[in-house]
Amino acid sequence: MTDFRNSRSRTPSAGSHHVSVFLIGVYLGILFITSDVASWNRIHAMFLFQEARMYLIIGTAIGTSMVSMFLLRRLRVRTVGGRPIRYEPKPWHRGVAIGGLLFGAGWAITGACPGPVYAQIGAGELRALWTLAGALLGMFAYAVLHPRLPH
Amino acid sequence: MPSLPVPWPWWLSGILIGLTVPLLFVLAGRAFGISTSFQQIGAMCCPRSRFDYLRNHDRRQGMWTVVFAAGIVTGGFIGAKLLSAEPPSLLPDAFHGIGGAVRLLTGGFLIGFGTRYAGGCTSGHSITGISHLNVPSLIATLCFFAGGLAVTWGAARFLF
Repeated sequence: MTDFRNSRSRTPSAGSHHVSVFLIGVYLGILFITSDVASWNRIHAMFLFQEARMYLIIGTAIGTSMVSMFLLRRLRVRTVGGRPIRYEPKPWHRGVAIGGLLFGAGWAITGACPGPVYAQIGAGELRALWTLAGALLGMFAYAVLHPRLPH
Repeated sequence: MPSLPVPWPWWLSGILIGLTVPLLFVLAGRAFGISTSFQQIGAMCCPRSRFDYLRNHDRRQGMWTVVFAAGIVTGGFIGAKLLSAEPPSLLPDAFHGIGGAVRLLTGGFLIGFGTRYAGGCTSGHSITGISHLNVPSLIATLCFFAGGLAVTWGAARFLF
């Protein structure tokens, strides 16, 4: 777990970033709707290999992120707070595979991954509140089982 | 507002979604990821939980994840009400009624449990992780698709 005091001294102005974070969220929420990524039919068609659209979107997003992070590193760009940009690699453990399989199943059933669930709710698709409620229940179940699961 | 016909072309959608990663890093010093917001919500609901996963979560550091989620909800509203000529169809009619609610709740449970166990979702693992050449994220993404394909091709008769 993160050391609280240490993390506090590293980010003296965590709150001032919240406006930017909110606006980037708005940007992404708009994209989830206008790109159809939050549409159950698109996700279903992806898993049925009926259309390439979702694979192309995800692939292009990965490529764009890769190129822009390469450029940011090359140009030694820092955050607006003046700190270096650091990516903490997510670690490997068995849960990455087991949890990954379970999440994939949930993605196929509900037609949404976590971001699009929030976008669906904002778009007025209130049945997605069931998906969010389920996700929070699943998170609580993980919190309970966390000490006993293989990691 | 003059707007592009929805849905936007795949290449534009992909590029703009991918730009979320550098935007969040530069403007907020954060790595793009969405499912940590579930843990943050849990930790905010139960700050004195007897479960370490919630009690030891740094709520102050994680606050941005719920701000981000609130932004996505707002963006979903704008995308659907202001930028789409007609209301987008997000969930099919088959999800109406109790049966649909149970399926969404069950699928949602798998999303919440699975993403937290795997340590990320499509954003944190597939987009951010793979674009940083993080091997566990690549394995996670292969598993996301394996799980989704298994359900779609194997259990489809019972579910859809």
